[in-house]
Amino acid sequence: MTTQNRGTVKVENGRYRVTGNFHYAYPNDPIRDESGKLLGITNPADMTHIHAYGGEAPFFENLSNAKLLGTKCANPKCETYGSIYIPYRIHCPDCLMRNEEVDLTELARKGASVHTFMITERTGAFNTLEKPIRFVNVEFEGVSTILMGYLSIGEPEIGMKVVPIFQTKNPTFTIMDLSWVPAGTSVEDLPEGFAF
Amino acid sequence: MIKFSKQQLKIPQMSKPVYLVTGGMSKFDRAIPEKRTEELVIDAFLEAAEFIKKSPEELKEYIHSCYYGHFADHFGDQLLGEAVIHDRLGLDPLGNVGIKTGGATGGSTIWEAYKAVASGYSDTALAMGWERMDEVPTDEGNHYIASAADKDWETPMGHIYTGYYAVMAQKYWQVFGKEEESFRRTLAEIAVKNKGYARMNPHAQSPMKITVEDVLNSPIVADPLRALDCCLMSVGASCVILADEKTAYELTDNPLLLYTSAGSHTLRVADRRDMDIPLLPNESPDQYKDLGVRFPGGDRYPGFTGFLAARMAAYYAYGMAGIVDPTEDLDLVELHDAFTISDIQSYEDIGIRPYGEGRTYVESGDCYHTNPFTGQPGKLPANLSGGLIGCMHAVGATGIMQVIEVAQHIWGRWSEMHADEAKWKRFNRVKPDDWTDLQVKGAKRGLAISHAGVGSHVTATVLVHPDHQLKGRG
Repeated sequence: MTTQNRGTVKVENGRYRVTGNFHYAYPNDPIRDESGKLLGITNPADMTHIHAYGGEAPFFENLSNAKLLGTKCANPKCETYGSIYIPYRIHCPDCLMRNEEVDLTELARKGASVHTFMITERTGAFNTLEKPIRFVNVEFEGVSTILMGYLSIGEPEIGMKVVPIFQTKNPTFTIMDLSWVPAGTSVEDLPEGFAF
Repeated sequence: MIKFSKQQLKIPQMSKPVYLVTGGMSKFDRAIPEKRTEELVIDAFLEAAEFIKKSPEELKEYIHSCYYGHFADHFGDQLLGEAVIHDRLGLDPLGNVGIKTGGATGGSTIWEAYKAVASGYSDTALAMGWERMDEVPTDEGNHYIASAADKDWETPMGHIYTGYYAVMAQKYWQVFGKEEESFRRTLAEIAVKNKGYARMNPHAQSPMKITVEDVLNSPIVADPLRALDCCLMSVGASCVILADEKTAYELTDNPLLLYTSAGSHTLRVADRRDMDIPLLPNESPDQYKDLGVRFPGGDRYPGFTGFLAARMAAYYAYGMAGIVDPTEDLDLVELHDAFTISDIQSYEDIGIRPYGEGRTYVESGDCYHTNPFTGQPGKLPANLSGGLIGCMHAVGATGIMQVIEVAQHIWGRWSEMHADEAKWKRFNRVKPDDWTDLQVKGAKRGLAISHAGVGSHVTATVLVHPDHQLKGRG
């Protein structure tokens, strides 16, 4: 069974243009009990989805440029005017006006700390992180939200100062391009492909 | 929102009272390869009909609209599965709708059926929920469950939902639990209690006679949570029938008043902004002024330690039913014990204990059927079904199972439904020699909390015996 010629997508004139295979069909098998009685079947499925980032695309694009973008409510009439959001919110959750983009990279380098964390050996299918995985929920001075991420080096602690690192070499253009390391980590220690 | 308007804080006013008439459940298990979902659903429906001594045909004659709770289409790989079930129950051409709110799907299904009856659209409505989490292996199941977190911002991280929960557990553990060994033991006691109560329940998937040490020695999932602190993955179905007053008394001589409300909060915990704590009727405005002093790091609300959705659901439901103090006004509860630590968090969100003091509900013995310290009945027994840790978490069925379990106590029929030797045999389970009757004597009012995700949706369902309504209800 071949999985070559995996499907890829481009947008031309506002439309998706797809090439290659977006699904691979495998034969199914019967499920039987000890006595040989038929109880069911397997239903193999291998399919690629197409997903639009829409207004969040600048965030995912800029991780590979070592930039952490957030957004800010720019509507002076809004009760929560000036609130800063990371995760990047396209619209203000209160006035629903379009938020303004803000570059939080420097703020994250200077004023990010671990709000909470967890360490686990358990993962689900499709996990790409090395185990045990260490989640850190990072708070920033002056930001109203707390961003979830993963720590690539060291052991997490509440209150620990951390800095962002970015997968600038072979980026995936997903949230996995952003990771965190303890403040003071030297560049030689960073995981392959990552930079400050 | 972090501030609420008068309109948003309105206590729901239904056009007419709604009654719970009956309910039924299938067996729950990790896998049920010998049955299709429709067979489990029919098992639940037959139990509901038999409970009020009606034939299925007689009960079906009353049903006017149907509400189906089934969370994860991914698991069964069948879109519009509700239409399949509706057909197999022989309820076409009645209107039906599928409801999906993650772990709260069961509670939300009742919420929808409740509004249908309260509005007068239907005199009688069916709320049926099911899940079958045995159609993929555990790893793939974890990926699917993790897909109920934000796919772009959270799911790629480990594809493990427990992890998204564990960060809250860690924060609560450090701030409110102060990393105390005594607090860790209290968490373990919840698992011991719920696994133990599951032993008395023929429907339950994971009955276990265990000790605190067993919990503390079980494999680590994500510190401080261990395997025995966590809920089950299950297969099964449960249903309730709701009706207006006239119809309810036609169907049974003992229907219960039912009130259901709902609250929500952001899917990503990341997005939860700091805000004032909305107060419940048994709390005072200055009560939490020094919370951050008593519990350093605990001054951000709801932060990673509280569930605003649960607090709001309780606020509405208590107003609707006239509850002032849940510990005084209720006789039992069924809570969404997805994890032992989130169970403690819920005690605070719904006002059984003030924020920061959830552990005392367990440590006082109040949460037990029989208080282990006094030998007297527990003040507010919790999760006598075994809960999600001991009985099941067949997601779409869970919130409905909880309501049925509470109702059976108020009906005084818990023993009848759990002692029956024939049922134990039918489920291929052995009734323990030390089977104990957990009927809460004289139960008049109870509460069930159905909860999704890391607190994205929560419903509160209050059941009240009509002879014991509270003053001040909305």
